[in-house]
Amino acid sequence: MAKKSAEAVPSELIEALTLAELCRSCSVRADWIIELVEEGILEPTGREPSAWRFTATSIRRTRTAWRLQHDLGVNRAGIAVALNLMDEREQLYIRLQRGER
Amino acid sequence: MDYKDYYKVLGVEREATQDDIKRAYRKLARKYHPDVNKEADAESKFKDAGEAYEVLKDPEKRAAYDQLGANWQAGQDFRPPPGWDSGFEFSGGGYTEADQEAFSDFFESLFGQARSGRTRYQGSREFHAPGQDHHARIEIALKDAYEGATRQIGLHAPQVDPAGHVSVKDRTIKVTIPKGILPGQHIRLAGQGTPGIGKGRAGDLYLEVAFKPERGFSIDGRDVYMDLPITPWEAALGGKVKAPTPSGSVELSISRNARSGQKLRLKGRGLPAKPAGDLYAVLQIVTPPADTPQAREIYEKMARELDFNPRSK
Repeated sequence: MAKKSAEAVPSELIEALTLAELCRSCSVRADWIIELVEEGILEPTGREPSAWRFTATSIRRTRTAWRLQHDLGVNRAGIAVALNLMDEREQLYIRLQRGER
Repeated sequence: MDYKDYYKVLGVEREATQDDIKRAYRKLARKYHPDVNKEADAESKFKDAGEAYEVLKDPEKRAAYDQLGANWQAGQDFRPPPGWDSGFEFSGGGYTEADQEAFSDFFESLFGQARSGRTRYQGSREFHAPGQDHHARIEIALKDAYEGATRQIGLHAPQVDPAGHVSVKDRTIKVTIPKGILPGQHIRLAGQGTPGIGKGRAGDLYLEVAFKPERGFSIDGRDVYMDLPITPWEAALGGKVKAPTPSGSVELSISRNARSGQKLRLKGRGLPAKPAGDLYAVLQIVTPPADTPQAREIYEKMARELDFNPRSK
């Protein structure tokens, strides 16, 4: 590792995010996140949008969803299908690594 | 600088219609989108296709590009001829909607530099805007998640000076990886994104945690799977074996007639999150090679005396 002195910066583990925090961290608008929740693409806990709490993995999901829409023109239903298939692929990859059949 | 053959990148003829170009681009974009395609070179192919499409979809840029002539070969050293773009107006500016930072020097030499949205506000003293958030991925070792760690990471981040000029600066920062972190979790480094403009606050840096693949280990959520090699006699006779685990060595009981693929669960010895995950030792029976007279003799004896055929049910 480099010997160059490195500045220690305070870091914070993200446990759960509010709607506002998720919007900010992904640079997207709240109404777009609400659409993702309506489609079942994101599943926060809590009833009202103001009480919603998202898991940290939602950041990745939201960003992927945004890229699918922005880069490829995929609509909401298509995003949901693609993300499910990606999750499935991820699971298969983990099982493959474990040598399971 | 290398010449880029945008037609070749999209796999279309120079005579292709705008519809052909659109179709070819869409197809490549779907195929090489980095979220869809996990091959290592997918991202660069996706960007190349985006750059080619940025030029060819726009009749003005396409005409200007075509004017360079068809005799250039991809990769050939290229310098735009003086005054090559006279008579052309690029109404959309250099860039329209694609990722501005992704384009090549070749593109920039022809169609100009990225026009950052920020430079528009140059000179306007009253303008304030928050800086952009940045996202990066950090790969950690399994051990780091069990014990916690400090890691240095190099940042290659844009900085904005008071006049609104953007430059790229390299710096190294030290980040604490908390014990018990799980794959997919994010660490937020407040204020480590792009600095804000005026009184705007700086953006944050988000690090997504991924685990480095390690031979013999795999991770599923908070559970860890570990290959545990055992001998045929340990498997057949059962007994205790010593197993190294990420959280120290443990003694495991193998039941008699154990099979390859059998899982032994060690509760709470997975990733030390709250609650902690479990560790699964997956049995792998390893047969010793018959490379000495003694070993051969034992195998021959088994072959003679054991009535065992794994292919008959």
